[in-house]
Amino acid sequence: MEIPYTVEVRRDTGLTNGKIGIWLFLASEVMLFGALFASYILIRTGAASWPRGDTLLDVPLATVNTIVLISSSVTMVMAWASLMRRRFGTFRIYMGATILFGLVFLVIKYFEYSHHLHLGELPSTNNFLAIYYTLTGLHGLHVFGGMVVNAYFWGPGAKLWKTNPVWFTNRVEHSGLFWHFVDLVWIFLFPTLYLL
Amino acid sequence: MTSDHAAASMTSDHAVDIDKHVRVYITVFVALMVLTIVTVAISRLHLSVPIAVTVALLVATIKGSLVGCYFMHLISEKKLIYAVLLLTAVFFVALLALPAVTHSNGYWIHE
Repeated sequence: MEIPYTVEVRRDTGLTNGKIGIWLFLASEVMLFGALFASYILIRTGAASWPRGDTLLDVPLATVNTIVLISSSVTMVMAWASLMRRRFGTFRIYMGATILFGLVFLVIKYFEYSHHLHLGELPSTNNFLAIYYTLTGLHGLHVFGGMVVNAYFWGPGAKLWKTNPVWFTNRVEHSGLFWHFVDLVWIFLFPTLYLL
Repeated sequence: MTSDHAAASMTSDHAVDIDKHVRVYITVFVALMVLTIVTVAISRLHLSVPIAVTVALLVATIKGSLVGCYFMHLISEKKLIYAVLLLTAVFFVALLALPAVTHSNGYWIHE
């Protein structure tokens, strides 16, 4: 059976089902990260003292990671724009760059984590590190998940472009919405954990 | 609309729009980079915690709005998406307000 409303929009919503689906998913993601941000506020305001993030964490590395993730958001939206212009080759370049930026982000995160673990700074060491590992770990999983989906559209999933370019473009747009959301979460995580 | 029709309109009707969009994406990218530098620079001023939190979250909100409005195309989205996000925002604010409520009761602090 064919999936309905992948290309044409529903009359009642004015949207494709995929678009509604991804936004509902992102709404649930807002609540997931919101619960953890609320936990952070609760733990921090309830603590007798709380360290400034820059005394424990590597701000220059995190700044580079912020630049990397923002750059990946631009390449992601450019990948979608390339499909809208029917330039599949350009799409591949931008999507490849997006995946690469995601990989760079995770490699930098790996170095950050291994540095802390080497110093014996575990999630169980204190509340600051516990919430740091939880928030950045969950965010890192999202980056990895987004990379897997983007890699699928860069590789095997791109076959759809030949048979149904509009559906493929829509799928890349939805994948992009998730990727931008991951970028958006980091935009708030960076000052909250590293700078305050 | 069939797939072919949509593909045809995708090239003719939207080509000019997309060129405009691309210029906006580049502008937003530059703005996000500048605001990232501003965020780090402000943190080095070692302001008092309430002011530092306010300023940092203000800059982060501006950056987040740019990503949402332009990269996620929320500036020109359908009403249903806005309705979903409005509902999400209400619950999100309620979620973040919970610590403030418990803090004023002192329950979590002194228990």
